[in-house]
Amino acid sequence: MASDLTTHDGQPLHKSLAKALRREKLRALVLIAPLLLFVLITFVSPIADMLFRSVENSIVPKTLPGTTRTLQSWDALGEELPGEEVYASLADDMMLAQELKIHTRLGSRLNYDQPGIASVFRKSGRQVKKIDSSAHLDGFIQSNEIWTKPESWANLRKNGLWPGAFPASSTAWSNWVRFMKSDEGDDVDLSEKTPSGLAYSALYFDLQKLSDEQWRQLTDSDNETTRAMFNGLREASAQFPAANYKEQFLDMHDGWGKLDNWRTLHRLSPPIVDSYYWASVDRERTSDGVVHKPENERIYVKLFVRTILMSALITLMCILLGYPIAYLLATLPTRTSNLLMILVLLPFWTSLLVRTSAWKVLLQQQGVINNILVWLGVVGDDGRLALINNMTGTVITMTHILLPFMILPLFSVMKTISPSYVRAAKSMGASDWTSFRRVYFPNTIPGIGAGSILVFILSIGYYITPELVGGTKGVFISNRIAYHISSSLNWGLAAALGSILLVAVLILYWAYDRIVGIDNVKLG
Amino acid sequence: MSALPPYASTGQRIWHYTFRYGICGAIFFYLIMPILVIIPLSFNAQDFFTFTEKMLKLDPEGYSTKHYKDFFTNSDWQLALKNSFRIAPMATLLATAFGTLAAIGLSQPHVPFRRAIMAILISPMIVPLIISAAGMYFFYTRINLQGYWSIVLAHAVLGTPFVIITVTATLVGFDKSLTRAAASLGATPIRTFFKVQMPLIIPGVVSGALFAFITSFDEVVAVLFLGSAKTKTLPWQMFTGLREQISPTILAVATLMIAISIMLLTVLELLRRRSERLRGITPT
Repeated sequence: MASDLTTHDGQPLHKSLAKALRREKLRALVLIAPLLLFVLITFVSPIADMLFRSVENSIVPKTLPGTTRTLQSWDALGEELPGEEVYASLADDMMLAQELKIHTRLGSRLNYDQPGIASVFRKSGRQVKKIDSSAHLDGFIQSNEIWTKPESWANLRKNGLWPGAFPASSTAWSNWVRFMKSDEGDDVDLSEKTPSGLAYSALYFDLQKLSDEQWRQLTDSDNETTRAMFNGLREASAQFPAANYKEQFLDMHDGWGKLDNWRTLHRLSPPIVDSYYWASVDRERTSDGVVHKPENERIYVKLFVRTILMSALITLMCILLGYPIAYLLATLPTRTSNLLMILVLLPFWTSLLVRTSAWKVLLQQQGVINNILVWLGVVGDDGRLALINNMTGTVITMTHILLPFMILPLFSVMKTISPSYVRAAKSMGASDWTSFRRVYFPNTIPGIGAGSILVFILSIGYYITPELVGGTKGVFISNRIAYHISSSLNWGLAAALGSILLVAVLILYWAYDRIVGIDNVKLG
Repeated sequence: MSALPPYASTGQRIWHYTFRYGICGAIFFYLIMPILVIIPLSFNAQDFFTFTEKMLKLDPEGYSTKHYKDFFTNSDWQLALKNSFRIAPMATLLATAFGTLAAIGLSQPHVPFRRAIMAILISPMIVPLIISAAGMYFFYTRINLQGYWSIVLAHAVLGTPFVIITVTATLVGFDKSLTRAAASLGATPIRTFFKVQMPLIIPGVVSGALFAFITSFDEVVAVLFLGSAKTKTLPWQMFTGLREQISPTILAVATLMIAISIMLLTVLELLRRRSERLRGITPT
């Protein structure tokens, strides 16, 4: 039996073999590991980061921590504006945001989903400093002088119910601490200070929500200060002067009275949102669910469709132009075909920008092609063709650039087709056309498939060439992505558009791997 | 199609010549003409992008090397040239070192998850550049990596698939009995690698390195996003030139780059022949 066989050092053979195999596997992995790590860190994680950015929305809850929390209990589908409590937390959040100068950034973020809201934030930032927050503060002081002393807040924060039962107050407190540090430097001493009136308002709203049990805990506390702070406060707080934050905000900017603005804020409160993806397909979430954007704002679906159609057209052109060349190269004697192959490989090896600039020079209105046409009398001097800055320019140039990617795989497939197949067909009476159509062509389909997928994958992600020769009508989705990254700075939308494109490419990549196998990619 | 048989009919003859000299000739013309046209245009004495009358009459006055002079004296272009030659070799070095090791690992007979690993390693070639560049831009800003090294890393990772493909291709034809022979004669694995395997795969490594070099040298999207005016490369300068104020100097640069491509192509072809000769295949 095999298991009885042993190697010279007494190990059973199968164990020894398994060990050798394991060692071999390990050695292969050790050799691959450096590159795999390198690719994972420098390439895969950036792409993962981009995917994350397409749903990330932490700027809203981070800039408006109190408002996003209090808005949760607001009925976004109703017809009522949020209550006083929400406006109070908004005042508190905005006070800090304008101090840190981050309110305009938040405004621009929200503006992607609700055009016009940026100016609401920008204008309010200046005025929020003047907001009157004395109403609740006065109430607290009237109920007990102890509330003017810094130790009242220190005591409150030591209480077992903090921060759980005081969500608004704890947010307001940390906002205030950050405000003071930003205003007066990191080493500011806060132990001798009481927070602003906005924190008292937050505390007031928290108190309204305390249960009887929690009140009893506070008023029956072992701590003397706590008892002093809270005894009688419940009854007194019912008599506090009414806050008027809402009114003040409405005076500041009428945008704060618009339901749509509040609904947008409510919708974008979570740290992870899908709004960029809806925007990528020209839709938006409203109170009526997901709806189409107005007709004149729908651009992305059209752009995706155009990208796919133009890539398909370019692929088709590459098949039409690449097939005869590959056929010629595969059937000519090796010496001649090697020589002609240079004509294919030279463009392949020439810089992409060189080829694009060449076409730019050739296709211009005053360029070489138009000049020749005018000289030949094909078109009049005033009827020069518009060959560039439109779809024509993109298709002509991209076909030229991607043609070698079609010719090379087609050529390698055609090389393997034995000429005796066609001869056999002809000897049995098939015409040239029939023998091509029934015998030769079906054999070349794998090459067409491989070349087409390759050209199509490369084409739908192209950026440089459409940017330079495509004008406005001949650009692809990539150009829009680049625009959002470098000009409009809407990185979330760029990431969402990129993710959609990436998924499309990965599906094609998978198909290519299944059909051709990535091991079989050849370079010239 | 290879040769027209003597019994071919008139129709077949017509088709044969139309196909060969009409259709294929036209497509070859389309392929090569744009590259050939810019070479004479780069010697234009005027700042035009089309042939002047003097050029068509072959009047020496119509030609000049002033666009080349501009390229070699203009500080923008010189900075771009310098940056290109600072970034590309470093990226090539990284890509070739990592890529060659990985290719040797991948061509071992037993590699767990080979297909998945290969898919990940080749992906930088497949994922659209705009997505790679955008992702890197987001990610590298997040980890505060900017300037020279961010571009080098980006170019290195974009070049590795080419190295893997070319080195794997030379390893496919590698005769395993050679290493066994070396081992049986008492050579250590490391000695075997350097004395037997390395000389045989070196053409693949060099052509992979050339591919990586040209990838970096020609790459513009990542540079556009990750770079600044200080780290601009030749393609960066060409791209902005083409987009904003197109100057004829671009044609001079383009001509020089065509010369570089021809050089690289020649080197690659020589390498391919050498590799085939070494492995005992008659060059084709």
